[in-house]
Amino acid sequence: MTSTTSAPPAQQPKSRPGDRIFAGSAKGAGILILVILAGVALFLISESVPALTASADEISGDGGLASYIGPLVFGTLLSAVIALLVATPLAVAIALFITFYAPRKLAAGLGYVVDLLAAIPSIVYGFWGIFWLAPRLVPFYRWLEENLGFLPFFAGPVSSTGRTMLTIGLVLAVMILPIVSAISREVFSQVPTLHTEAALALGATRWEMIKIAVIPYGKSGVIGGSMLGLGRALGETMAVAIILSGSAAGITWALISSANPQTIAANIALQFPESTGLAVNTLIASGLALFVITLLVNMLARWVVNRRADFSGAN
Amino acid sequence: MAKRIDVSDLDIYYGNFKAVEGVNLSIEPRSITALIGPSGCGKSTFLRSLNRMHEVIPGARVEGKVVIEGQDLYGSDVDPVDVRRQIGMVFQRPNPFPTMSIYDNVAAGLRLNAKKTSKSDMDGLVERSLKGANLWNEVKDRLNRPGSGLSGGQQQRLCIARAIAVQPEVLLMDEPCSALDPISTLAVEDLMMELKEQFTIVIVTHNMQQAARVSETTGFFNLNGVGQPGRLIEYNPTEKIFSNPDEKATEDYISGRFG
Ligand SMILES: Nc1ncnc2c1ncn2[C@@H]1O[C@H](COP(=O)(O)OP(=O)(O)OP(=O)(O)O)[C@@H](O)[C@H]1O
Ligand SMILES: [Mg+2]
Repeated sequence: MTSTTSAPPAQQPKSRPGDRIFAGSAKGAGILILVILAGVALFLISESVPALTASADEISGDGGLASYIGPLVFGTLLSAVIALLVATPLAVAIALFITFYAPRKLAAGLGYVVDLLAAIPSIVYGFWGIFWLAPRLVPFYRWLEENLGFLPFFAGPVSSTGRTMLTIGLVLAVMILPIVSAISREVFSQVPTLHTEAALALGATRWEMIKIAVIPYGKSGVIGGSMLGLGRALGETMAVAIILSGSAAGITWALISSANPQTIAANIALQFPESTGLAVNTLIASGLALFVITLLVNMLARWVVNRRADFSGAN
Repeated sequence: MAKRIDVSDLDIYYGNFKAVEGVNLSIEPRSITALIGPSGCGKSTFLRSLNRMHEVIPGARVEGKVVIEGQDLYGSDVDPVDVRRQIGMVFQRPNPFPTMSIYDNVAAGLRLNAKKTSKSDMDGLVERSLKGANLWNEVKDRLNRPGSGLSGGQQQRLCIARAIAVQPEVLLMDEPCSALDPISTLAVEDLMMELKEQFTIVIVTHNMQQAARVSETTGFFNLNGVGQPGRLIEYNPTEKIFSNPDEKATEDYISGRFG
């Protein structure tokens, strides 16, 4: 860069081996990811073709591909959205508590416990859902039916095992809680002191400070985090497969009855071992649908997170 | 409206570190008091102890007394939130809320006071505050644009408008002009001269001319060495400080023979 170095004539900035190796491996890793992604997409598409082109009565259920995948897509989205609606407010509350209210020691411990939730294998959540959570939810579901039964969500008859769509939503909520709260915590802790102090100096209480300085600043980050959680909930297999096995129903808004739509990932896990021929292609086509949904959700998350840059206040 | 401040034997700590020691002074109402001194001597720390902003830093605390018009600021029954509503603050770096419009920035403090204000009253208050901060003409056509879209000097005047909108008794300003060009600086100084008719103003500044131009009284802070607490060395009428100070250290600092 400067003329005092004894480097060769500097038409170009001197390239150092370390930089070259790093740039090369980073580029390689980037390309590798794209290749793998393209490979997966190609595989899904090519294996789906037989199912996509098959006539309606060849697909299991005899209603054609759309009516086979439709309820699965519905079940997938419904369970993921319930999980999101439950987990996001809870995660934000936890993150706010840890960042602004908890004494420092408790905050560290609590953050650690929440992160630990992410380390539990999903099959464990499945068993926890069946054996612990579901039976305990049944009385609550009965209550919902009696008092709110006029809403389509809580129409009876109530499942006697508690293995319902709402149970799945709650289990998924617990599973995505760590990622959403970790990201929210990260965003909240990055709110510049400048802004929090501006609020406090105006005579804001702690809660008012959170309302006027923290939440507006962190909002899009939290949305991005919950989109990542949504991605995880959409693709969750084992917990859903265990809890909802054998109760496949069509599209229904009833959340607490024993007839529930299955989700795509769980359905693949359950059906795959016994499938051959075109049935496998059908399952893969449903996998393609999940792939597309997840891609869309991630694009949405990216778009939301990028919008953050406009009003980050870094001026 | 404006109130008198009496500080006695004030020690200010960050955890175990004593940043400021033994401050005694009285600040007159409806006047501008300037605080000067070398970097790190505790001017900001002292200023923030006057509206209990010091204690928002974990581990920070004060010992001693700050009395505003007979009321002990650190009395056990005093709510720091109420204190900050009476004693406004403008920071060294302009800090409008980036996610709020210009209008909402000015209205933010008023809304915190939770009194129900009608839209037209609020419009009037926002206009009056922006006029008070000499910003109205520049922003009246874009009140709904984000506050962070203004220039640095305009942002600082927006912060002043936000601070005066709630009609505080006292206005604390920590180097409010350090990020501003000379023209904006003069605008802010003119503003201070107008505001002192109503408010008690305390300003920290590194700009000697500024202190000499605007203030009636000047306090000089200094510290004996690194890791030592800062002290108030001299507190006198500005004219005296700049012509015939009592302390040698003050004279050295003002004439640039410092360190
Ligand atoms: N948040 C903090 N935690 C710990 N020590 C601090 C903190 N802020 C300031 N200090 C220390 O307190 C002392 C006084 O700092 P202060 O910011 O009040 O100085 P100042 O006079 O305002 O300086 P400047 O003119 O550079 O703004 C310094 O030694 C500083 O290192
Ligand atoms: Mg300072």
